[in-house]
Amino acid sequence: MTPLLQVEDIAKYYGTRIGCTGVSFDLYPGEVMGIVGESGSGKSTLLNTLAGHLTPDRGAVRFDTRADGLRDTVTMSEPERRMLSRTDWAFVHQHARDGLRMNVSAGGNVGERLMAVGARHYGKIRATASDWLGRVEINEDRIDDRPASFSGGMQQRLQIARNLVTGPRLVFMDEPTGGLDVSVQARLLDLLRNLVREMGLSAIIVTHDLAVVRLLADRLMVMKDGHVVESGLTDQVLDDPQHGYTQLLVSSVLQV
Amino acid sequence: MYVAVKGGERAIDNAHAWLAEERRGDARVPELSVAQIREQMTLAVNRVMAEGSLYDPDLAALAIKQARGDLIEAVFLIRAYRTTLPRFGASRPMDTAAMACDRRVSATFKDAPGGQVLGPTFDYTHRLLDFKLAADGEVPFAPELADAEPSKDTPHIMEFLDREGLMQRDTDGRTPPRDLTREPLELPATRDLRLQALTRGDEGFVLGMAYSTQRGYARNHAFVAELRIGKVAVEMDIPELGFAVEIGEVELTECETVNQFAGSKTEPPQFTRGYGLVFGMSERKAISMALVDRALRWEELGEDNLGAPAQDAEFVLYHADNIQATGFLEHIKLPHYVDFQSELELIRKLRREATADRGAHRAAAE
Amino acid sequence: MTQIEQDKNAPDTVMSDYNFAYLDEQTKRMIRRAILKSLAIPGYQVPFASREMPMPYGWGTGGVQVSAAVLTPDDTLKVIDQGADDTTNAVSIRRFFEKTAGVAVTEATAEASIIQTRHRIPEAELREDQVLVYQVPIPEPLRFLEPSEVETRKMHELEEYGLMHVKLYEDIAQHGAIATAYAYPVKVEGRYVMDPSPIPKFDNPKLEMAAIQLFGAGREQRIYALPPYTQVVSLDFEDYPFEASKADHLCGLCGAEDSYLDELIVDDEGGRLFMCSDTDYCVARQAAGHRGSDAAPTLEGVA
Repeated sequence: MTPLLQVEDIAKYYGTRIGCTGVSFDLYPGEVMGIVGESGSGKSTLLNTLAGHLTPDRGAVRFDTRADGLRDTVTMSEPERRMLSRTDWAFVHQHARDGLRMNVSAGGNVGERLMAVGARHYGKIRATASDWLGRVEINEDRIDDRPASFSGGMQQRLQIARNLVTGPRLVFMDEPTGGLDVSVQARLLDLLRNLVREMGLSAIIVTHDLAVVRLLADRLMVMKDGHVVESGLTDQVLDDPQHGYTQLLVSSVLQV
Repeated sequence: MYVAVKGGERAIDNAHAWLAEERRGDARVPELSVAQIREQMTLAVNRVMAEGSLYDPDLAALAIKQARGDLIEAVFLIRAYRTTLPRFGASRPMDTAAMACDRRVSATFKDAPGGQVLGPTFDYTHRLLDFKLAADGEVPFAPELADAEPSKDTPHIMEFLDREGLMQRDTDGRTPPRDLTREPLELPATRDLRLQALTRGDEGFVLGMAYSTQRGYARNHAFVAELRIGKVAVEMDIPELGFAVEIGEVELTECETVNQFAGSKTEPPQFTRGYGLVFGMSERKAISMALVDRALRWEELGEDNLGAPAQDAEFVLYHADNIQATGFLEHIKLPHYVDFQSELELIRKLRREATADRGAHRAAAE
Repeated sequence: MTQIEQDKNAPDTVMSDYNFAYLDEQTKRMIRRAILKSLAIPGYQVPFASREMPMPYGWGTGGVQVSAAVLTPDDTLKVIDQGADDTTNAVSIRRFFEKTAGVAVTEATAEASIIQTRHRIPEAELREDQVLVYQVPIPEPLRFLEPSEVETRKMHELEEYGLMHVKLYEDIAQHGAIATAYAYPVKVEGRYVMDPSPIPKFDNPKLEMAAIQLFGAGREQRIYALPPYTQVVSLDFEDYPFEASKADHLCGLCGAEDSYLDELIVDDEGGRLFMCSDTDYCVARQAAGHRGSDAAPTLEGVA
């Protein structure tokens, strides 16, 4: 089976400081990979490098493209990479306002990706947007409202709908539940879990919250100071941590 | 036929005749000569030369007369004239250290070789209307030093800091520099182009931008290391001769600011520089330019983008030119009735449909 | 129109202080290079080193520079603003070229070899031997969605036009129709999204024509072009198709039903008169005997 994403020896430096280094892994279709670590561990740098927002100093990020199979997204042309990021890839930001157009209606936000890949039937775009609002539990009569009038949890759900509407094959998520109230977090996690199952999504989720990965991730990578210190199946790593740092991390949170 | 839409030619001719009459004003008052404007409205002449990008006091004075004292209109006349002039080439870099200074002050040192020279400044005048001027009172001549030395080179104050390695070194610019008036402005703009845009930019705009940095929008703690005003020779290499020839002399205002040091792990802290150079005696503009220049350098100096207007090169460069700005601003008084008509049709249609919708809803409800 | 006598070998006789058509030859060559490039890449905005002209930016300096660069002593020039030859700015620009180039000028669309226009495309079909020069205030169709030029150039480069349709989507969601009445964006040959200048959308279908169309934006330093018979598609949705609309009236003077109309308020009671915005078209039709409901007899009293 061809991996969907093949990451090989990725390194990113900020001057002489290490962002992340020596990261390699394969991600198979339908798999959810969690990346955990404290702030400053390099997990967000890694995610942004994989998603093409940052250029790595070393290494390859190969994606199984529909047309040509595995291709290195680091060396492909910018138009190709941008095309990927609005079709097969999606990126869910920690802060919804970074991922939404705040001055465009909810329907327009969800419809943008459809229109960017050529949808030209208003009625169908609107119907799809409306359907997706329903799937992320936003009342359909809010379709013409701007996200500014939404609560934090609703904004985040809207961002998810906006990203998933084109049926991406790989979703990058950066602390998707960060900054939300605990009760709101639970609802969002539940929603995400259902969507991941239903759509058979492949995803890479960065979080400092072990509860999130316990619920969503099949596999786990633990990062410290820019290096991956431990990786494996989620249950395995969380229930029987081998590395001292992972043990510390696991013991410092309430078990879910 | 309709007068409103016909008769454009006659209307224009009549309007221009009236304008000419208004420009002259009351014919019992003697007409202003171009020489009078050049000699007595010098600072206005300087501003027109600076923003018009053409050093010619006589033409600038003529433009001011023709524009009825509207300086932006005068700058416009000069710019349009400038378009028709052939370009011979670039002069050698001006040696402002060899300036014959009329004024030279430093805020960073109490004194320096060459001395502080106040020169003909408004500074320290009390801004009281002088009614003697209204009565045509001639002013007494300013005293002159009996044994005035012939002017010699006055070294730049910055040089002293430079020798100590305290100043960040500016790299040599492109030779010859690009010419903003002969190439389209493309971004990101290099510093030579930014400086060109600022020196011909609107004084009020550049002043406002500079002021905003002082008030905290990308504050960069500027000290005026040196402000000097005087005449500098313009030299040009003549390829046929194989050496440079002095082709004239221009009056310039130059301002160098010394700004908060920047440093990184690889480079020890250093002072950085903001630079302003303007035609004529225009020190408000030169100082403003230096502050804005410094604010625009955030990227090359590895500073944070604070999102301040004065840091946004695209914003500053695209909006500094008063000829572009005034033309576009004033064009909205040209006829736009075709576009307005299409808006009118659209809004009527949308309202018709909205009313019909509401009617249908009511009918359905009943 | 009077044509000033002119020796083609010494064009300076018209306005001796200036070169033929005001601009020096070096500048004209620079502009011609930009025009050629723009014709080679239809719809792409070519940067050019716009010069300061003796009329203000925003008043047609881009169009004037393009006209000056393509004008030859044998040309016949027509200048219209809002479709009319006698609006003040059209008069002013026509005079400028009479003075600086001494070319023949005309009000008849069919007689002109170069037509400079602001806000309209003439009603009469243009031919292959004609050039239509547009004055453009803001050449960037994405400008009011994204203020940064650096960003919009990137969006064109990468064909990222989703945002443009988001705007149209928002219009329909809010108003039930696309709320753009003029400067209606088009896609050229399936590649570049282009601003056709602020012509009413009624004129958009005419953008596919036999003549060469050149667009000059002086202040923004851009030239772009549509070669003859270039495919130009107005952006829309399948279920909300583009509509070239105009006032639902006939011309009151010539009775035309196919021309774009101006609406005039003719009395204190707010009475309206609709008449062709293309004055030459209207006058020619009247000369051929066409009469509208408000034609001459009743109008004499008003004038």
